[in-house]
Amino acid sequence: MTSTFLGMPHAPRGVGQLRGDEPFPAAAHKALADRQLRRNLGHATATIRGKRARAVAELADWEQLRQAGEAIKAATMARLDEHLLSLEAAVTARGGHVHWARDAVEANRIVTDLVRATGATEVVKVKSMATQEIGLNEALAAAGITAVETDLAELIVQLGHDKPSHILVPAIHRNRTEIRDIFLRHMPGVDPDLTDEPRRLAMAARAHLRAKFLTAKVAVSGANFAVAETGTVTVVESEGNGRMCLTLPDTLITVMGIEKVVPTWTDLEVFLQLLPRSSTGERMNPYTSTWTGVTAGDGPQEFHLVLLDNGRTAVLADSAGRSALHCIRCSACLNVCPVYERTGGHAYGSVYPGPIGAILSPQLTGIEDNASLPYASSLCGACYDVCPVRIDIPSILVHLRGEHVEARERGLLPSAEGLAMAVAAWAMAAPRRFRFAERLLRLGRLLGRSGRIRRLPPPLSAWTAARDLPAPPAQTFRQWWRTRPGDGTR
Amino acid sequence: MSARDEILNRIRTANGPTPAAVPIPRDYATTGAYATGAPELLDLLADRLHDYRAAVHRCTPDELAATLAELTRGWRVAVPEPLTVPGAVPDRPTLSHADLDGVDAVLTGCAAACADTGTIVLDAGAGQGRRALTLIPDRHVCVIHAEQVVQTVPELLRRLDPSRPLTLISGPSATSDIELDRVEGVHGPRTLIVVIVDGGVPAGPIVSTGSRG
Repeated sequence: MTSTFLGMPHAPRGVGQLRGDEPFPAAAHKALADRQLRRNLGHATATIRGKRARAVAELADWEQLRQAGEAIKAATMARLDEHLLSLEAAVTARGGHVHWARDAVEANRIVTDLVRATGATEVVKVKSMATQEIGLNEALAAAGITAVETDLAELIVQLGHDKPSHILVPAIHRNRTEIRDIFLRHMPGVDPDLTDEPRRLAMAARAHLRAKFLTAKVAVSGANFAVAETGTVTVVESEGNGRMCLTLPDTLITVMGIEKVVPTWTDLEVFLQLLPRSSTGERMNPYTSTWTGVTAGDGPQEFHLVLLDNGRTAVLADSAGRSALHCIRCSACLNVCPVYERTGGHAYGSVYPGPIGAILSPQLTGIEDNASLPYASSLCGACYDVCPVRIDIPSILVHLRGEHVEARERGLLPSAEGLAMAVAAWAMAAPRRFRFAERLLRLGRLLGRSGRIRRLPPPLSAWTAARDLPAPPAQTFRQWWRTRPGDGTR
Repeated sequence: MSARDEILNRIRTANGPTPAAVPIPRDYATTGAYATGAPELLDLLADRLHDYRAAVHRCTPDELAATLAELTRGWRVAVPEPLTVPGAVPDRPTLSHADLDGVDAVLTGCAAACADTGTIVLDAGAGQGRRALTLIPDRHVCVIHAEQVVQTVPELLRRLDPSRPLTLISGPSATSDIELDRVEGVHGPRTLIVVIVDGGVPAGPIVSTGSRG
């Protein structure tokens, strides 16, 4: 059953960051031409792959944890309505306010109204995929509210007027010298003698944000997990910017996708082992904060939790693709993906890049708006092997390719592939036509140098845009058969 | 229809009238090789903390006061209730953010610790204070008693009360955002000093400095 039949709305167009300006192959072409980008990505992904492998090898029960993680997520989705209602009741009982947002537009409006009600014109933000997905910073800016990103990589992206390219390390495409240059150009009051030593760069960010943390009235965060039975919300981080945002302001607004709920506190013992080892390759990330509603005299006294759909129920409606909702945003699949490693995250056009993005973005937007993403993979399966909740990404990619083909068949225009198959069927149906086709094929040798054809005319250029085609052999099989020595019987 | 009802309806339609029950295998390890109190457990904790570049000191309850005095010599140290440390700044009435930014260090106990991951947990209980207290100062001196240490993450979470605001700390603040090169010390305390207290019955429930009154 597909979401189309059930009429579940997808994430709306014209808002947020789930769709690129151009299809993946076109964007990837540009990325592949950037040698600095490829060097930065190659270095970073190789480092993180090694760290993850060592952290995972330490746990003898890693596979059991993965299986538990997968099952907890599947069980949660099967009763998602009940868990969300429990979460709402528990958060409300502890003095928090719960809001429901059908889509990005509604979520942006809710958050903007909440910030306006406080009178604040600036908010500090903890790195959050959900708020990037809905384009919250842009919506706040339109309302005259400045959102200050406080995660170091997000700050680099924000100051450089850039886009995030990785789930965990959004500035992975930048090296230290590029980051130094961004700080020198865009960070107010920065030391003009700033070097590109990572420690110096981190200290510059600390100094830049310190005053903002100590005076901020409103913070906006995402959530890694929210426990239905207790109402406890969790943010996992490294730098302490999360703690600053979650602790010091008077008002905290947390935006979370509805799929982030977990049923019980005990379930966190699985995810707090799976996530840090898969994500940063650490035994545990430096800081994990949990809070339940409001605590008198400690932390924000006003807490709002915004539960976001924005296409998630459309994903849930597709039984073959719904496990994309199990993702805990570790980014291990990005780091092992041979395609991501070469193209980087921007080519995917969505805030969710890499293999998980290739299955999540098209399902959130509807396949027609991200049609090229399910093909942005060699189906090697490395993503499935490292996924801490065992999402079978290759199978979902194939499923979505099928959906794409079906969607195209419903359309009016034949595809280049469909046309080619029709011609081939016609030629192969009669021996004379086939012989003629073989002779035509030999002309192809004129196009190929050193045995490879690098560019074919349209519509066949669709094939050679991404790969070389072997030039046809000098002889066809049938010609060779006739000239075999010692065989004159035919 | 409200957004709430509409989203719940969508979920129910997507899942169908009878969603299949999913059994959850929980055959992962919940306990480790070492029980609380085992000397190997404290060695493991010290090793893991050291790995995160936390400074680790070990002492007996009798030595604690002298150890803390030595570690914090010359610093203005903030302390939560009910700790009383000579010369320290009590968080009573609560210090402003600017005040906390002005002290050299904060000294606290903890709620529990996990050896496998080198994690310390603060639950805002007695001797730990509100969250801002252990966040704004640049140095955090944290005392762990042997009986607070467990080995595994499941054992740790089972000791915690989720209704309290919890902070799990594994080493000093850090970032790997620049070329995935780890830099310790960003926005949280840049220096984490851990004192592991072992041997004999602890003199106080949280941090005993031996110099009360």
